[in-house]
Amino acid sequence: MNVVTTGEKRRKVFGLTLRYVVMVALLALFVGPFLWLFSMAIRPMGADVYELTLLVENPTFENFADVWQIYGFARAFLNSVLAVFFIIILNIYICSLAAYPLARINFPGKQIVFIAILATLMIPFQIYMIPLFILMRDLHLIDTLTAVVLPFSVGAFGIFLLRQYYMTIPKDLEEAARIDGAGEFNIWWLVMFPLTKPAVAAMAIFVFVAQWSNFLWPLVVLDSREKWTLPIAIEFLSGGMVERTQYVAAGSVIAVFPVIILFFFLQRYFLGELTLGAVKE
Amino acid sequence: MQTKSRPFRRGAVAAPAPKPLLDRIPLRLRQIGIAYLFLLPALAVMGTFQFYPMAHGFYLSLFDYSPLDPDTTFVGLANFRRLLEDSAFYLSLMNSFLYLLVVPAIIACSLGLAVLVEPNIPFVHFFRACYYIPVVTMMVVVALIWRFIFDTDRGLINQVLVSLNILSEGIPWLTSEAIALFTVMTVTLWKGLGYYMVLFIVGLKAIPNTLLEAARIDGAQPWQILLYIKVPLLLPTIALVSVLSSIAALQVFDEIFIMTGGRVGTSTLVFMIYETGIHDASMRMGYASAVGVVLFGIVLSFTIVLWKFLEWLTAKVY
Repeated sequence: MNVVTTGEKRRKVFGLTLRYVVMVALLALFVGPFLWLFSMAIRPMGADVYELTLLVENPTFENFADVWQIYGFARAFLNSVLAVFFIIILNIYICSLAAYPLARINFPGKQIVFIAILATLMIPFQIYMIPLFILMRDLHLIDTLTAVVLPFSVGAFGIFLLRQYYMTIPKDLEEAARIDGAGEFNIWWLVMFPLTKPAVAAMAIFVFVAQWSNFLWPLVVLDSREKWTLPIAIEFLSGGMVERTQYVAAGSVIAVFPVIILFFFLQRYFLGELTLGAVKE
Repeated sequence: MQTKSRPFRRGAVAAPAPKPLLDRIPLRLRQIGIAYLFLLPALAVMGTFQFYPMAHGFYLSLFDYSPLDPDTTFVGLANFRRLLEDSAFYLSLMNSFLYLLVVPAIIACSLGLAVLVEPNIPFVHFFRACYYIPVVTMMVVVALIWRFIFDTDRGLINQVLVSLNILSEGIPWLTSEAIALFTVMTVTLWKGLGYYMVLFIVGLKAIPNTLLEAARIDGAQPWQILLYIKVPLLLPTIALVSVLSSIAALQVFDEIFIMTGGRVGTSTLVFMIYETGIHDASMRMGYASAVGVVLFGIVLSFTIVLWKFLEWLTAKVY
């Protein structure tokens, strides 16, 4: 059936080669800047930090230690971890709880509630940032990590994602549990919630990436150095009186490279079977 | 402890345990209660930290309010009238609209990228992952890296251009009023491509093979298949990408803050909200809220119009 002429074959090989050449070339565009950042971070103080080379003479890891100890990145890292941890935990519980009835129980007002939740997707945070600042001030939460956590402890996207997943779970499971005498809360907590693990994990990862990077809100609500999260600490270094580019680069590497490494382990959640494979048989 | 209500009686059939109170409520009613109980935390948090501030923002936009000034006066629509005479507002408004130019660029580039890495050839997963790295990187760092690269005197791009004798002196990428905003836009584009690429790969994979086979048998060239079959079938994805990326473009802040600090005429509406409401010493929050209301109007109408247009377009093609 497959009658492949040599010309056709040659064209195919050529096309494939071209594809790889372009893909490798684009690697420079997408990965190159990160290598450039890393090379800046390991240049000794006093060296020309902008020198056009990736092969650094006398590379040093002292910049990382300096940034970590002297410029408070240890604290900023801890703050970022804490804030993101609590945001993720709260998202998992609050979004799961909300998604469950929206997917599996018929109750009056369901449509209205669901639409109201989805409507928040259309309202950018920046629009109500000022009143939110006033609210935090009235609650005496300015300059606390609590203020960083609370506004992002639930998200319409997470609720939507989990709702879609809850809808795929067969009804019999729930019925069986109910016949066994399980209460409504236990049906959710013991039977349904464990089944949604893949979706919960996907949501947690997306929340992690988004909140680890969150800049504007912490910038608005945090004042003192001990409360800063990583993006704020990096911004401060870069905007300082004496810009020490090596330190800025080292701080950036500390903030970003753990996430990139984590991403390579968890990449199927971003571009794996979950998103790509499910669509086509 | 002995329970008094059910004394043990020899020979008697154990009476059924009295139903707990909750069980006496009919299942249907119980479920309604449960539904709202489950929704309570989400609705409470969203109500407090999203809906209430949102409403408060509209309210504030009618006042001359600053936390530093004890008396708050109702000014009606004066804040909005003042906006119309504020040249800083016009600049920010124009820049926010100008920023939407990234949308067609994002669609073209991420679609191209998706077409490139769609086939399942060896190592393609690795390449996809690499193109995705900027997406998982915080914008503050992305903006800093590119600030280094675009540096006028010592930046990588100008160094290369000058050393290759293409230019005699570097281009002021981030310090010239004419191009600074566009330089920042390329960074927004670069960071987002991987994300939209994935959406397009999903779209491409959903196109039935039989259609492509049929076109191939009819002798269609690859570019013809792309233009006349794949792109029209991707219209729903294109619609999604344009809505998502234009909302994101209207929200842009981090890259502007880091790369230009809003100087050289690169302020946008979000930047103006931050500048007048929070950063500026006078903290004119009422005025900043008026800017927020304008931005809300733009985001809302833009989303609706774009969505309707693409719906119409999609209906026309199919």
